Amino acid sequence: MVSQQIEAGLGQRIRRRQIARGELTLELLRDDFLASCTWLRDAAGFDQLIDICGVDYSEYGDGTWEGERFAVVYHLLGIHSRQRLRLRVFLDEDLPIIASVNAIWPAANWFERETFDLFGFLFEGHPDLRRILTDYGFVGHPFRKDFPLVGTVEMRYDPDQRRVIYEPTRIEERVVVPRIVRSDEEGRYDARN
Amino acid sequence: MPEISNFTMNFGPQHPSAHGVLRLVLELDGEVIERADPHIGLLHRATEKLAEHKTFLQNLPYMDRLDYVSMMCNEHAYCRAVEGLLGIEIPQRAQYIRTLFDEITRVLNHLLWLGAYALDVGAMSVFLYCFREREDLMDVYEAVSGARMHAAYYRPGGVYRDLPAQMPQYEPSPYRDAKRLQELNANRNGSVLDFIEDFTRRFPGYIDEYETLLTDNRIWKQRTVGIGVVAPERAIALGFTGPMLRASGVAWDLRRTQPYAAYADLDFEIPVGKEGDCYDRYLVRVAEMRESNKIIAQCVDWLRKNPGPVMVDDYKIAPPPRKEMKTSMEALIHHFKLFSEGMIVPAGEIYAAVEAPKGEFGIYMLSDGANKPYRMKIRAPGFSHLAAMDEMAKGHMIADVVAILATMDIVFGEIDR
Repeated sequence: MVSQQIEAGLGQRIRRRQIARGELTLELLRDDFLASCTWLRDAAGFDQLIDICGVDYSEYGDGTWEGERFAVVYHLLGIHSRQRLRLRVFLDEDLPIIASVNAIWPAANWFERETFDLFGFLFEGHPDLRRILTDYGFVGHPFRKDFPLVGTVEMRYDPDQRRVIYEPTRIEERVVVPRIVRSDEEGRYDARN
Repeated sequence: MPEISNFTMNFGPQHPSAHGVLRLVLELDGEVIERADPHIGLLHRATEKLAEHKTFLQNLPYMDRLDYVSMMCNEHAYCRAVEGLLGIEIPQRAQYIRTLFDEITRVLNHLLWLGAYALDVGAMSVFLYCFREREDLMDVYEAVSGARMHAAYYRPGGVYRDLPAQMPQYEPSPYRDAKRLQELNANRNGSVLDFIEDFTRRFPGYIDEYETLLTDNRIWKQRTVGIGVVAPERAIALGFTGPMLRASGVAWDLRRTQPYAAYADLDFEIPVGKEGDCYDRYLVRVAEMRESNKIIAQCVDWLRKNPGPVMVDDYKIAPPPRKEMKTSMEALIHHFKLFSEGMIVPAGEIYAAVEAPKGEFGIYMLSDGANKPYRMKIRAPGFSHLAAMDEMAKGHMIADVVAILATMDIVFGEIDR
């Protein structure tokens, strides 16, 4: 019902539409993204932005991913319609840039800063795109899959120089439980023992 | 004429009313705030990144450490996300136990918030009263899970074990005599449910005590009425949820509007504010404690009458009972696989949210069919609230910043993640 209304309103801007587990996901085109969002807020009643999340698909399913590497996922909520909606927009790997929705939903301000900080996506038109969660002077975007879990620098107090210094990390990453991908076809998830 | 210019002041990260590790850079014109720029991330532990390297079960205790004053609500959102991806329904008794503990957690959280808020504004005694009741509820946490705070009690598929039949008691010690010991154990002779029921009977009287100290207190009103006002449209636009949104007059509560666990069957009211100032947020949270108390009483009543399983009967998700493990090869293999490789969650994505005491706490989980989440995003309510700090504090005095900060119910565990 809502899905049809949205489809009629957004038309060609929807690249893919998916309903799974009772949740509607729309994959939108990067062009006219702001116009789509404005329409969703004003005409479809999604007046609250709940979350913005960056995703790096480069290691998805042990490297079987064929689409674009980066995506931004938006979660919207319509307070009056009691509906939720998920938007996904894929970004260019070499220049991950997307229009900022800050003017449409002011809540986006910090969420976009966070996504910029952790993934390095650029939000065009954001009034104050600074790092937010990582350290002052941090280098790199830690939530990208190619960033090591143990990080690149460690910090300690150096008694000789009498100040806190940064050094390259000395610890090595240790995998206790390996990552295993099993598909449903193997019947693993046929739940009864 | 001396030249007057704005000056910049650092508030925190070591300030006692910065509620942890907030560094707030304030631009002041005299004592009036021109701009407030919160610097967060001093407690950033990259929980979301860590989650990508841990199995679904190993991730669960990290949830407690996000919002470390509403532990079980965080676990609830996480478990709901995993259960949603697995496509399983958990037993009804587990749903009621979760509802019960969500509300106990809400009371715990609001008590800490009330105590800390009053302390920030200058009333010392409320803090001591609040911690007296928190102690009882922490004991309930300890009785069911063994830990007073970081419980890890909810598991994907239900809760770890049923409520114990005996409430732990105080033991004799050289520092208290027999009479005192008997007094302390007076309400601990029955089961955990008896203890909780006794608490629900006492608690409304305790709330009256806090209200006597604060609600009509003129200093309290001078410090909170008309401070940090947020209009309803603005609250929605800024992404406010929970009591922050309801105090502005928007009746939005996930327990009612998008019910989960057992909330659809329970009778409770949603308190809503009018003005959207600090005083309304205080009133809304106090009223919420009274409603939570009602929900707890209803859950206790239901749980007494309806025994049953508290965990799904699926050994790919929940460990087999100890006894069966000792006799059945199959069960032993399941146990070993579950605690070494972990559960395999089908590929897909889900957003699961709960009405945590602070607002909407959500988990967006993306699975690619592995034994670890591919990407997990934690939607923390406090993050959006703190983002509005600049807007709420502008034009107020320095002392009001403390009141506004405290009214947001900031906990850095969830904001910095």
